[in-house]
Amino acid sequence: MSKPAKQKSSRRDNAAADALLSERELHKIVENVLRLARSTGASETEVHVDEVADALTRFANNAIHQNVAEHGLTVSIRTVVDGRTARATTNRIDEDSLRTAIDASLSLAHSQPKDPHLLPLPGKQRYRAMNRFVKQTAAYTPEERARAVRRACDLAVKRGQNAAGIFASGQSQTAMGNSRGLFAAYRETHAEFSITMQEQPAASWAKANSASVRDFDPQKLAERASEKAHRATNARELSTGRYTVILEPSAVLDLVGFLFYDFAATALADKRSCLNDRMGKPLFGKNITIADDVYHPLQLGAPFDGEGVPRERVLLVDRGIPKNLVYARTTAKAARKKPTGHGFALPNEYGEAPMNLVFTGGNSSLDEMIASTDRGLLVTRLWYIREVDPYEKIMTGMTRDGLFLVENGRVTSAVRNFRFNQSILEMLRNVELLGPAVRATGEEAFEMVVPAMKVHDFRFSEVTKF
Amino acid sequence: MWDLCTHSLDTARLRGATYADVRAMHLRQRDLTTKNGQVGTLAQSESIGLGIRVLASGAWGFASTDRLTRDGVSACAAQAVTIAKASALAKRSDVVMVPEDAFVDSWQSAYRKDPFEIPLETQLALLLAVDAEMRRVKGVTLTETDLQFRKIDSWFASSIGSRIHQRKMISGCGIGATSFRDDEIQKRSYPNSFGGQHSLQGYELVESLDLLQHAPRVAEEAVALHSAEQCPQKTGTLILGGSQLGLQIHESVGHPIELDRVLGQEANFAGTSFLTLDQLNKLRYGSDIVNVVADARVDHGPGLGTFAYDDEGVPAQCTDIIKDGQFRGYLSSRETAHLIGLKRSSGTMRTESWNRLPIIRMTNISLLPGTWAFDDLIAGTDDAILMETNRSWSIDDRRYQFQFSTEMAWEIKGGKKARMLKNPSYSGITTEFWNSCDAICNADAWTLWGTPNCGKGQPMQTMGTGHGASPARFQNVRIGAAFSKP
Repeated sequence: MSKPAKQKSSRRDNAAADALLSERELHKIVENVLRLARSTGASETEVHVDEVADALTRFANNAIHQNVAEHGLTVSIRTVVDGRTARATTNRIDEDSLRTAIDASLSLAHSQPKDPHLLPLPGKQRYRAMNRFVKQTAAYTPEERARAVRRACDLAVKRGQNAAGIFASGQSQTAMGNSRGLFAAYRETHAEFSITMQEQPAASWAKANSASVRDFDPQKLAERASEKAHRATNARELSTGRYTVILEPSAVLDLVGFLFYDFAATALADKRSCLNDRMGKPLFGKNITIADDVYHPLQLGAPFDGEGVPRERVLLVDRGIPKNLVYARTTAKAARKKPTGHGFALPNEYGEAPMNLVFTGGNSSLDEMIASTDRGLLVTRLWYIREVDPYEKIMTGMTRDGLFLVENGRVTSAVRNFRFNQSILEMLRNVELLGPAVRATGEEAFEMVVPAMKVHDFRFSEVTKF
Repeated sequence: MWDLCTHSLDTARLRGATYADVRAMHLRQRDLTTKNGQVGTLAQSESIGLGIRVLASGAWGFASTDRLTRDGVSACAAQAVTIAKASALAKRSDVVMVPEDAFVDSWQSAYRKDPFEIPLETQLALLLAVDAEMRRVKGVTLTETDLQFRKIDSWFASSIGSRIHQRKMISGCGIGATSFRDDEIQKRSYPNSFGGQHSLQGYELVESLDLLQHAPRVAEEAVALHSAEQCPQKTGTLILGGSQLGLQIHESVGHPIELDRVLGQEANFAGTSFLTLDQLNKLRYGSDIVNVVADARVDHGPGLGTFAYDDEGVPAQCTDIIKDGQFRGYLSSRETAHLIGLKRSSGTMRTESWNRLPIIRMTNISLLPGTWAFDDLIAGTDDAILMETNRSWSIDDRRYQFQFSTEMAWEIKGGKKARMLKNPSYSGITTEFWNSCDAICNADAWTLWGTPNCGKGQPMQTMGTGHGASPARFQNVRIGAAFSKP
């Protein structure tokens, strides 16, 4: 068996199962790896330490049916030797295991040809202080989640409905350091409540996600889903074709979320971005402005990237014109730009990506969008979205959990779900109204700050049976 | 490892659990990729830990830990019991499971060449040679190759006395060439898209697929697609290549037969199923020649859904799903089997890792071979479109309406392959589609495809599933809707 860990393993064993290590302890693990690597022939070493303590309560048929908690820590080590680099990851932090991971990384590195583009590791950096760790959320208990779930399920029972969903809470942290003296650490909490209310044969849905469990009220979300599920019964079938749609923020998010990698400098270099030959030219409507901004108050995420470079706010689209890309260090050097702090941990073939998109919103409420519509569809959420054409950015998917017909400025009936085949580029040229930008959460893309949108000529190609 | 498993079960029992099972797992993985002649990812990882599932106060709790000491697993087991008692605050009835025997066993998947023992230089040299072959073709703008190997050890113990050790070796590989020209991105992949082919084999899988030989064709086809005609929009005859049919089976048979979906347990995320309980043994799922099984047994082949026992300690089984076109069976667990009155679980509870709860997953969901030789099928078809290699897939949350697009297609005219077509797609309603199947190729054209990336559950779990399929023909299928312009 391996030797005991240098740090106090008994402290880890006896700690509350959901407690994270302190920043000092993370620093100690990093230093331990760097010390061990110094005697191995590695010319440079980088260490990532990631720790998570998450819990998730899952319910269906008006009862909890799954209820889980996990605690895990990984140490990922990248060594550099003679212009070559590779990574090895372990979740064991005793010295033998760390040494084995270092050796594995070196062995992988030695096996390949020299990389002419490999840069020296970055040195010390300065990061903006951020506080997205909410103690009450970190300490949230299974009993508290169960009680909230019980209230939502009781509402469903009272209304003859069937509730299913999740209530999750947790905390995570990431730290990295390297042999040039860089050290960065960040921790955050997260909470999420999602609920589907079924009133056969219909269903509707509501979801919220935030750093703090106090930022949303599960019962209000349950009420909203319940009311919409009731309205979604007796759905009528409409013919396929182009419709004006009012997309709630979750529906917008799950579509535009597929755009994020197109803004990676590597994606353009590889000629797989829809922005190839389109940078600097009008591509979307003038009402579309998109930035990547991890510092936005509604965003989550670390203030540094996988190489330890501080993240910068980047204006990606300015009034319909794609203006800027995001860059890792290597792609920045090739393009003679400054790295923007969006690189993935090396080595990788994808380079970088903006992970914190923020759309500039408008001031139209959903009610105003509905009131201004002669004939259209109100879309709660979208489902199973996949890319059909990567350059025109045609996406296919389904509407789900609440599609409603709007006639003469009011919602008149529920509608059977449609399949869409719609270019996102075209959609963002057809935006008539924008709501205020909110932290949206769906199931296809990670959380972003986007508004509800009223869009004309959205293409529905087929209809399903419910 | 057994000592830690036993200790955690003992703690759970002392804390009030009426049933417990524990999975300790050690996962090792190696990933190698190249892009445009350069090494991309070069990484190795290992993860070891333990997860315990308990029944207490009639409800479930699960906790996992990487703290593999007696104190660490004790704390984890105690946490699982606390969580189960919290679950009981919102229960409607006590959990009941169908009985299962206790097994003490050890099993290892067969392989000839341990990929972790093959020199890295050999593996990278292969990928770089394949990459170079593809880049030789003018017009190719992006080349990608990948190898992935996994070795998974699991130790399962339960309070009914089971002690099962299993070791799986999984290999995967794939190559792709992309061409950007004239406002269009076209791609070809081999032997399949989205990571290639994966199976429960060693390095012999990589050698058998002869990536180097296929590299020039893959690259040439990617470039040629720019000059191909657009796939027409029509209703007509469709022939699907084996790998695309494998994904069709996955989405329109494999997911709807998951009993947790049918019973509403996935309603908030993955969705439900049109296969309500009243459809069992009554629904005509497909035409008379359609026979689908869920077969996790070694005899079925080295699929990603092959094992000796599931992660609930139930032995691998073969279940009829569609027999002569009739809907015959679901994928079940010990709990869901009880809920619908079955005597035994079909053995399909699987977990991605030690920190995830086992949930109902596909095993090897395979369409059994038919009678047609592939050449005879083409020769016997007057007018059809043959579609190959998946490009996109989407289906509604009850698994009725689907749409797939593929990387390329061939027009079949008068029993012969005619012109190449680009941007093909087809769509339909699940049961209408399977009932339109009028020809399935024989065992010579049958491959057990591996889908390594099936996502399900919350927290999300990625699982590998197997899908045996040979090319098959379908009538009156809607073709080309993805690119139509109403």
